[in-house]
Amino acid sequence: MRGIRVIAGRELASYFATPLAYVFILIFLVLSGVFTFYMGNFYEREQADLGPFFNFHPWLYLFLVPAIAMRLWSEERKSGSIELLLTLPITRFEAVMGKFLAAWLFAGLALALTFPLWLTVNYLGEPDNGVIVASYIGSWLMAGGFLAVGSCMSAVSKSQVIAFILTAAVCLVFVLAGFPMVLNVFKDWLPLLLVDTVASLSFMTHYGAITKGVLGLNDLLYFVSVIGVWLLATTVVVEMKQAR
Amino acid sequence: MIEINHLVKRFDDLVAVNDVSFRLAPGEVLGFLGPNGAGKSTTMKILTGFLKPTEGTVTVFGCDIERDTIAAQRQMGYLPEGAPCYDEMTPRSFLKFIAAARGLTGSEQTRQLAKVVGTMSLEGVLDQRIETLSKGFKRRVGLAQAIIHDPQVLVLDEPTDGLDPNQKHQVREMIRGLAKDKIVIISTHILEEVTAVCSRAVIIARGRIVADCEPSALERRSKYHGALTLTLDEAVVAADLVGAFAGLDEVGLVEANTTANQLTLFPRDASASILLSVSQLVRERDLAVTGIVQEKGRLDEVFREVTSEVGL
Repeated sequence: MRGIRVIAGRELASYFATPLAYVFILIFLVLSGVFTFYMGNFYEREQADLGPFFNFHPWLYLFLVPAIAMRLWSEERKSGSIELLLTLPITRFEAVMGKFLAAWLFAGLALALTFPLWLTVNYLGEPDNGVIVASYIGSWLMAGGFLAVGSCMSAVSKSQVIAFILTAAVCLVFVLAGFPMVLNVFKDWLPLLLVDTVASLSFMTHYGAITKGVLGLNDLLYFVSVIGVWLLATTVVVEMKQAR
Repeated sequence: MIEINHLVKRFDDLVAVNDVSFRLAPGEVLGFLGPNGAGKSTTMKILTGFLKPTEGTVTVFGCDIERDTIAAQRQMGYLPEGAPCYDEMTPRSFLKFIAAARGLTGSEQTRQLAKVVGTMSLEGVLDQRIETLSKGFKRRVGLAQAIIHDPQVLVLDEPTDGLDPNQKHQVREMIRGLAKDKIVIISTHILEEVTAVCSRAVIIARGRIVADCEPSALERRSKYHGALTLTLDEAVVAADLVGAFAGLDEVGLVEANTTANQLTLFPRDASASILLSVSQLVRERDLAVTGIVQEKGRLDEVFREVTSEVGL
């Protein structure tokens, strides 16, 4: 536990030691604003909810989250500091977990900074704040899923660019797997059970359920398992690179 | 006690470390020598638990590095090659991070931090970003993190590489000043360093140990061991002089360096001194000798000899 805390603390501080944190937060806030107001027709809908805001999150995360995740391991390997990190008396899993938690907390902070939108919608009308809270939690969980994938991809490659592209590609698969147009392709030649399985593996299926205001146990478990599996995979990759 | 038994590390087709074994007892300072790519760094990476060996075992005070990694790592301080750091941090935050990761907290952390900052003279740069520091300071930050928990075993991969002579001296003083009950392993290709700080020298070439002895024993292997180099007053280095010295019973070979007006006389028997008979001849001939040096042996020559043998 101590190891996780120490690693997470260092990682989190390092986000803010470089312009990365500020640039990321700024871009995230600007883009989520743009998506909500212009593309989501926030005003024109004349509905007091944050639907348009949350609907765009998977797409926003698709290219923003890989940007935070790509440096997790690639940078360590490139600069050689990984040798320092992995010879400290902490386990590989503690290191993986610590790094992930720092990135996840950082994503959570960026998300929390969108609170003016919540205030706005509360000022304009009477939204269902329960749905909004559930959506925030859902969005954060989904960001965790993206980050866990990114952590693994970052451990695979020394190059941050490759890590970025791999993360975005894998996450795209996870997002698209829930779309009807993708599922229709499979429906013709795969048994229904398999199609349902593919759909149930998608971020969208579970995120969509949560943003409707139902924070179900199965959706929660889904994201927790996605994070768990990918972090385990990260540990295995880090371990393998050392044993090669 | 460190025990390395039949260590082998293969990277695909390349055998980086090939059956390396040695033991180190507390108090020993081991100089780990070898040409670039000989397997020094790989051995150190395995010893510190960064890489896994293909074959063989490593134990550090009874802790197996593969099965009991954390317990073994707790007892070691490690300076990786090139002293990598987190560049965006300051030495203060970096050292605090390392201390915390090694379980030092509160007043103990403060005390150890103050101690290593003093030893490494880092006071002036504590709050400057590491990426803005000079190479020498970076290396010292790396050394500071390696000793912050006062480890029983110190593994330093080229600790003085790229430092200026004063900084090299400081680092050597630091190593000498470590408590006498520690184990220190230093890899280097600077040979004087071995005679300056090490109690034992291991030379490795192509993944194999080719010499394991005291630095002085290494010097004795040199053909220069016990040789005398005379510097003569200009232009007296004549052919007949070379012959005269070569004619002495104890002297084997004579090498003349006409540009420097030097004669190097090699003893026939390396354990016997030739000084007496040589000085007698100097007096008889009434030679103007401006300098006499008795050589201990040239490490670089021994190094070349033992490391090139394995390749052939």
